[in-house]
Amino acid sequence: MRATAPFTFSRRRFLGTASAAGLGAAALTACGGSDSDGGKDSSGRTVVEWWNIQTTEPSKSIWPERAKAFEAKNPKVRIKLVTLENDAYKSKMTALTSSGKLPDIYHTWGGGVLKQQIDAGLVEDLSEPVKTTLDTMVPASVKPYQFDGKTYAMPFDIGAVGFWYNKALFKKAGISAPPTTWDDYLDTVRKLKSAGITPIALAGKEKWPGMYFWSYLSMRIAGVDGMQKAADAKDFTGDDFVKAGEHLKELVALKPFQKGFLGAAYSTPNGEAATMGNGKAAMELMGQWAPVVQADAGKGIGKDLGFFSFPSVAGGQGAVTDVFGGGGGYAVRKGAPKAAVDFLNFFMTAESDRILVSKANMIPVVKDATSALTDPNLTAVSDMLGKSTGFQLYLDQAYPPAVGQEINDSTAALIAGSKSPEQVARSVTQVAKSQ
Amino acid sequence: MTSTFVEDARDATVEAPGGAPGNRRPLVRRVTDWLTAVSFTLPALILFGALVLAPIMYALYVSLFNWGGFGSPTDYTGLDNYSRLIKDPVFLGDLWRGLLLVGFSVLIQLPFALAMAVLLNQKLRGRAVYRMLFFAPYVLSEVITGVLFSMIFAPDDGLADKVLGAIGLDGLGGLWFADQSTVMPTLFLVMTWKYFGFHMMLYLAGLQGIPAELHEAARIDGANAWERFRYITLPLLGPTVRISAFLSVIGAIQLFDLVWVTSAGGPDHASETMAITLFQYGFKRYQIGYASALSIALFLISLVFAIAYQRFVLRRDTEGALTNMRATR
Repeated sequence: MRATAPFTFSRRRFLGTASAAGLGAAALTACGGSDSDGGKDSSGRTVVEWWNIQTTEPSKSIWPERAKAFEAKNPKVRIKLVTLENDAYKSKMTALTSSGKLPDIYHTWGGGVLKQQIDAGLVEDLSEPVKTTLDTMVPASVKPYQFDGKTYAMPFDIGAVGFWYNKALFKKAGISAPPTTWDDYLDTVRKLKSAGITPIALAGKEKWPGMYFWSYLSMRIAGVDGMQKAADAKDFTGDDFVKAGEHLKELVALKPFQKGFLGAAYSTPNGEAATMGNGKAAMELMGQWAPVVQADAGKGIGKDLGFFSFPSVAGGQGAVTDVFGGGGGYAVRKGAPKAAVDFLNFFMTAESDRILVSKANMIPVVKDATSALTDPNLTAVSDMLGKSTGFQLYLDQAYPPAVGQEINDSTAALIAGSKSPEQVARSVTQVAKSQ
Repeated sequence: MTSTFVEDARDATVEAPGGAPGNRRPLVRRVTDWLTAVSFTLPALILFGALVLAPIMYALYVSLFNWGGFGSPTDYTGLDNYSRLIKDPVFLGDLWRGLLLVGFSVLIQLPFALAMAVLLNQKLRGRAVYRMLFFAPYVLSEVITGVLFSMIFAPDDGLADKVLGAIGLDGLGGLWFADQSTVMPTLFLVMTWKYFGFHMMLYLAGLQGIPAELHEAARIDGANAWERFRYITLPLLGPTVRISAFLSVIGAIQLFDLVWVTSAGGPDHASETMAITLFQYGFKRYQIGYASALSIALFLISLVFAIAYQRFVLRRDTEGALTNMRATR
């Protein structure tokens, strides 16, 4: 979602709203989608539908190019691209999933939604058909699509969250190095505040950026294994999660966010990214797309931009090298033509991934494609992923949608001051148990 | 003689109540009448059934399940969703905020629209321009309105704060959509901006239908401007006011787009409406069962209001047209 085509957030939100306006309409049109059903076109070629969300350049034109390249080598196959805007894609997929008929190849973020589709018997197990390709990949990139030792999607993008910071503002506040522990971090915030600098930009309206704080704190305290255990037991009331909330509360008590952050969106002209990109805040906790959006929504801060991992928490189980993130992958519907799998294998060769890296600003998924990476910001994220000791998928994707949303919602309430850390843990557990 | 008289008398008593001729029509005729009626209404009925009734029934059915939208609903939970609903602080808040919006709309927005309509019904230089200007916001889509105002009301950097700052009223500016305590007034401000022009147009149309002679006669009788408004304009505008209040209330109950774009229901649910909550549960959390229960609640609230309003308030206006056939007999 966030990982692929980040610069379209504002547009997505508008379009999303437009589609929201006609909730029913979206569901209705979904039924009217084309019904190729892996059939043949007029010249006898097998048609493979490829549903993607690359609505922005440069990937918008690279995707059709890749399809053409495949068709040139496989004259009996036609790849039919269906490109949808992010939110529209989600509502359409909801409708399609309940009708039990998915596109041949479709975009997935892995985690809870993919798991539900798998449980409904709609997704092809790709472990064998794409095994040789998977073996060439960065392990963290495949994680979101693996369940019970089987892989259900081919990753093409991967990313992670960390702190993006403004080196000039850090210097101005007399901070020599990025913090490595949570106590250090709180000190950094205090120093920035006393230097008259807004320490953190946050998009309170959208809730998910706030969730990153709670998630990372939980990961640092409970560890990736602890997170998994809690998810399996559907119980987040353990001390670790309450502690995560308390630490977040410590931070909120310092009033570190920009004015009006509760109403701020992420990528609008006065949202989180713009605040950061115009040099009005010193840090934001965001994924690898942050530099692009900062430059798009604001002016961008160029060489002043730095990156550091989320600090460790004293006494926590999680390592500072555990990474929180997610990416994008392509799943194949059960019973899709074999050409669909062939295409994915073609799409993710090292050669092809190098094109995605160099032209579409993606972080390499195939190890051999790393050399194509030139952007220093993306290299920082890629390095962090390469060295990662543990990987946790975005919680709003890893867990069933209701649980993910409840975490977003409860964290937002904690930041707004209306829920206590215990209440957050209880609310999340309550929703998890109802699933 | 006697016998004939008696016969006549009997005939007279039979004929006297004067039966309606329709009841005497031959059976075949009545059946074909029915068939004609049915064949003309059937297409409309089928469409209405398939597109309105069936989805409502389906929502009602789904609302009895704990269902995530995948496969078919199996986890039957009875009225569980509903008992959760009436304990859900967000839903209860939605009801309160809905009531607030309805109250504000009817008590502030409509009188304001009426005042503007009366003003612009006078012979005024450039009144066509004013009418157009005030009506223009209604033509904008809600999403565009929302985007526009979220920029205008951006804390510090937005137009509103800049203007207030420039005229030395910095104190009045603030967080607008970004604070729990100011988000609802700000939202209402935008709603008024957007919708009062529409109601103003309705009233203007109504005002055109009031004969000038009435005002003239009243003026001759010595009625002042207020009396003429109170005793002529207002009563004759009654049907228009009643319809516009109805539209305003239904609009407030179902408010979605504007809120979604400006505040997304936040901060911390402070501006959430029923439709927003519905969307959150249905399309963000995929708790379709619970969302359906909510939609049924929203439907019932609208339905009860609509029926009660039709029955008690609009009765005079619709007598004979929508109510029973007493008036036509």
